[in-house]
Amino acid sequence: MIRALSKICLSAMLAVPLAACGSNWQSALDVHGTSAISLKHLILLIVAVCSVVWMLVMVALIWALWHRREGLSTPPQPGRERRMTIAVIGAVIVTAVIIGTFTIMSFFATRSLSVAGQDELTIRVRGLQWWWGIEYLGPDPSRRFETANEIHIPVGRSVHLKLEGLDVIHSFWVPSLAGKQDLIPGRSNELTIRAEQPGVYRGQCAEYCGMQHAHMALLVIAESQDDFDKWANAERNAAAQPVEEEAAAGMQTFLTKPCAACHTIRGTIAAGTTGPDLTHVGSRRTIAAGLFETTRGSLAAWIADPQTIKPGNNMPMVPLAPEELRDVSAYLASLK
Amino acid sequence: MKRMTSILLAVVAALAGCQREQRQLRLDPPTADALDKIALMPNGIAGAPPRVYFALGKPYEANAYNLSQGKRLYSWFGCKSCHGDGQGGSGPSFLDGWWYYGPEMVSIFASIRDGRPHGMPSFRDKMTTDQIWQLAGYVQTIGSYEGKTAAPSRNDEKQTRPAENRAPAKLRFDQGPSPVHLDQGPTP
Ligand code: HEC
Ligand code: HEC
Ligand SMILES: [Cu+2]
Repeated sequence: MIRALSKICLSAMLAVPLAACGSNWQSALDVHGTSAISLKHLILLIVAVCSVVWMLVMVALIWALWHRREGLSTPPQPGRERRMTIAVIGAVIVTAVIIGTFTIMSFFATRSLSVAGQDELTIRVRGLQWWWGIEYLGPDPSRRFETANEIHIPVGRSVHLKLEGLDVIHSFWVPSLAGKQDLIPGRSNELTIRAEQPGVYRGQCAEYCGMQHAHMALLVIAESQDDFDKWANAERNAAAQPVEEEAAAGMQTFLTKPCAACHTIRGTIAAGTTGPDLTHVGSRRTIAAGLFETTRGSLAAWIADPQTIKPGNNMPMVPLAPEELRDVSAYLASLK
Repeated sequence: MKRMTSILLAVVAALAGCQREQRQLRLDPPTADALDKIALMPNGIAGAPPRVYFALGKPYEANAYNLSQGKRLYSWFGCKSCHGDGQGGSGPSFLDGWWYYGPEMVSIFASIRDGRPHGMPSFRDKMTTDQIWQLAGYVQTIGSYEGKTAAPSRNDEKQTRPAENRAPAKLRFDQGPSPVHLDQGPTP
């Protein structure tokens, strides 16, 4: 009953900011990750207990106002003094017990955040203005690969993230899976995430990092181990050679224009590292850090004028003829 | 009366601070095209920037945003591998106040866009015109003869050389390197 009541209070408090969100894929209340679940339990417990305490205090206050002593001097009443002393001591003890319990609970919740399994998958996440570089590490260098703005993880397995900021401080936050962790230039922070259920979870940079901070999202896709392995093997491959004539022409354009100086497409001579790896850009769900769904049309719109779509981002507008734009977007869309 | 004047002066000073620097994030393609058309002297040294450069108010020399972008591009495009932090390496230094091809923006722009015969690669197909101008503005700033009011953003790492907005170039009155090749022009 009290729990339900406190849930209602919490929901009412959060209703305003949450009204803006259509779906629950980025919500600290809709949790599917081990650490997010323990954090949610902790916050619900604290809110519930604090609500009860607040209500008791209010009741006591109203009662006290009701029974206030009229006049200035009252004759001493030994029985009343004793009852008051007992009430105060009782309140102090209860307060100490509650705070002590909170401390212990939050200690255990925090400790559960850093549990690490044995066979860990390690991913380096680099925060840049304004996108995420994702690199799957592993003992075997030939099996490492890079992607951007999208992390795939197997359900039920601990995944270890090494978080690094390359230019300014960013913060990695996928509320449905785990708490926040900053990405700081010059050091490597760690975060372990584990999804309990398959799904697509949205994350967002949570530390103001410049003009396009709001457009610095990422997706975490939790899937079965089989699906994950299939995806990872496909990602490891070099880019597909274009088959259609249009895409082949697009590849030529890409390689001869400035694009290749900033982007890598494995299997071609394009090996730039200042922009996202585009080897399998066509298979990612979004481009430009969550701004658009990946379609040929959105790719073309982005390439045609990135500075109008995401002003200030670090991809310049590269002048292209209409046919070149058509070819390049066909090529990139074909990179599944 | 005196008090009124000082209050008025303070207000004027405060209002002057409100004028924010404009960031030009995007060049219209025709403008970008026009900015590419510099008129160089036949020896590839000095010349005139296109007219649109002045129409835009010489945006690459004293605009802090463009200078900062130039600084970013300086490390993004590997200038460091040959020119170091500006003190030179296998390529010439930009800090000594001496230029093989002149200190004007057009000369620096041409050096980057077209390359130079003794080991400077061309960046024409690797960058947009806008970016080459930003980079030229930055290179000119670090080797500047006089201080500027605008400076690029600071380094996170330790400074290995004088800050970008200091004046004048460190070794301005030194003898400097003498040109090794005939086509490198008079020094400085
Ligand atoms: C100066 C470096 C630079 C150049 C040149 C450049 N890009 Fe980019 N590109 C970037 C950066 C940086 C981003 C990330 C922008 C963001 O999301 O904030 C990006 C993003 C993209 C994306 C979206 C990728 C994703 O997964 O989000 C595509 C597609 C792309 N660029 C294609 C191109 C093409 C095609 C060209 C050539 C016409 C090109 N780029 C030229 C730096 C560059
Ligand atoms: C492969 C090495 C190399 C790289 C990379 C390189 N440079 Fe150079 N650069 C040189 C050399 C060598 C010269 C001298 C050329 C000559 O004397 O003909 C030079 C000359 C120049 C000059 C003319 C200097 C003068 O005294 O007039 C400028 C400006 C310049 N480089 C800018 C850049 C910028 C900006 C970059 C990065 C985009 C860059 N360079 C990258 C090697 C390099
Ligand atoms: Cu941010």
